[in-house]
Amino acid sequence: MAVKLDRRSIDLRREVVQILERSRRGHIGSTFSLIEITRVLFDDVMRYDPANPRWDGRDRLVFSKGHGCLALYTLLADKGFFPHDELYRFCGFGSILGGHPEYGKTPGVEASTGALGHGLSMAVGMALAARIDRKPHRVFAVLGDGECDEGSVWEAALSAGKHRLASLTAIIDYNKMQSYGPTREVQDLEPFADKWRSFGFAVREADGHDVDAMRSLLTALPFDSGKPGVLICHTVKGRGIPSIENDPSWHHKTKLKESELALLYNELDAQS
Amino acid sequence: MRKTCLLSMHELASRDDRVVFIGSDITKRDLERMAEGYPDRFFLEGIYEQHIVGMAAGMALEGKIPYVNTIATFLTRRCYEQVLLDLGMHRLPVRLIGSGGGVVYAPLGSTHLANEDMAILRAIPNMTIVAPCDADEMKRLMPATLAWKDPIYIRLAKGGDRVVSRPELGFEIGCAIPLREGREGLFVTTGITTQLALDAAEQIQQETGRSWGVLHMHTVKPLDVEGLLRTVSGVQAVITVEEHTVVGGLGSAVAEVLMESAVVRKVPFKRIGFPDVFTDEFGSQDDIMGKYGISVEGLKQTARELGKGAGTGFGLQR
Repeated sequence: MAVKLDRRSIDLRREVVQILERSRRGHIGSTFSLIEITRVLFDDVMRYDPANPRWDGRDRLVFSKGHGCLALYTLLADKGFFPHDELYRFCGFGSILGGHPEYGKTPGVEASTGALGHGLSMAVGMALAARIDRKPHRVFAVLGDGECDEGSVWEAALSAGKHRLASLTAIIDYNKMQSYGPTREVQDLEPFADKWRSFGFAVREADGHDVDAMRSLLTALPFDSGKPGVLICHTVKGRGIPSIENDPSWHHKTKLKESELALLYNELDAQS
Repeated sequence: MRKTCLLSMHELASRDDRVVFIGSDITKRDLERMAEGYPDRFFLEGIYEQHIVGMAAGMALEGKIPYVNTIATFLTRRCYEQVLLDLGMHRLPVRLIGSGGGVVYAPLGSTHLANEDMAILRAIPNMTIVAPCDADEMKRLMPATLAWKDPIYIRLAKGGDRVVSRPELGFEIGCAIPLREGREGLFVTTGITTQLALDAAEQIQQETGRSWGVLHMHTVKPLDVEGLLRTVSGVQAVITVEEHTVVGGLGSAVAEVLMESAVVRKVPFKRIGFPDVFTDEFGSQDDIMGKYGISVEGLKQTARELGKGAGTGFGLQR
């Protein structure tokens, strides 16, 4: 039985649709599967200062699943990293918010991502730098499941395991759909948890739309004081809009029509 | 040159606590002092170039200056996207030390030859490419890398070459060094081809009385355009020399500048390097370079041929 989305989850999705209404494009299904993951990180888990995004004591978040950036931007604006109106210039010429996140353009974005399979390695480097400097901050990397087809993800996993980086936590949006089909058909990842375990990670699994479940796990880090952690979040692509759930045609949309926007609004309103 | 480069890591680490060393599948040889003196900033990692470049980027985002070393081919081709995005796009001060630039690993075959490393890296915005000509120049280069803001590719040649660089001429990243004056022709060189050009120029002088200069372009990117144009204006022919494909490397960079320059026109010009082929031979570095005219004799021959053209009305408009 899927957990019911609460008011905040609905409101965050409505914000995403409002952005889409202006941009008429974006990775919609991919964003809606990781709204709760991003929300829990910003609401309950990470230490940060929106007024000073480069505060040295902050926890680092590498959003390796860069195409899910609308979730990240929505939370960054919600927390005050940049003015709310910036959201409505998403993908526009001169905007600070691109179709994939870019370091140096957007306050709160720690690394440019979009080409898949880069973020976990950068997160490993950040965690090693913190260890060298004996700094206590943590490093989080959000990955997509399709992204885990990339060999570089497993290179980084080997290395994180070798260095026993307990300050590093990977969070995987396991919505089981990549851009054109189910992961089990395109490239099966199972046994997924076992793979991470065998690479030296402490593994936890949760319903990636269950805020309470993820909060209780992520506020008790590290999972193991001698290992990097991974939280495999079982999610639904397009979650929150029943008509588009698990429909790969909603992975990425351009030239969104009025009728499609109306469908998104109506189905969200029906749950409010 | 390799030895000098790696030995210098200890001094850099002692001077600057941001310095980190990351080796991929290499031994501790020549790095023992760094490893013992600064074990928390010394990493010997596995055979995963994509990962170590990304990892170095993550460290650099946290204020470190990582020096990453492995074989040049793998450090440039295998992880090209990480170099382009994680280093170039982020403008991070990571130093890629490529062992065996060119055909140093000749007997190992084309899988181990870095004949296009400079070309592919030159296409990356914010990238700096340096190919020193000898171990002494390497000694001058390494401290200069501490203050450079952008990523640097350091192209290592084979060890044990004789020293031709001169301390009194100094060293600055991005500033070409005129090593020999010449009125009739100019060799523009990088890496160890500078040694060949100095020998060729000397022999041309003795055999024909014609004077050829040598401009050592240790930094292939950013190219010292001003230094190049200054040196070129006044000579009758220009030959670039590189241990690299003629597609996209030093020769291409120099040609681009000369073609677009309002100062220099129609100067007879030739690129010496590997043609657009896999070199397809084993043997030694000298064997392969010799086959394609990257040798003292090859340089003299090309200069002779170009010189014929230089006397028939081609020249410089000043």
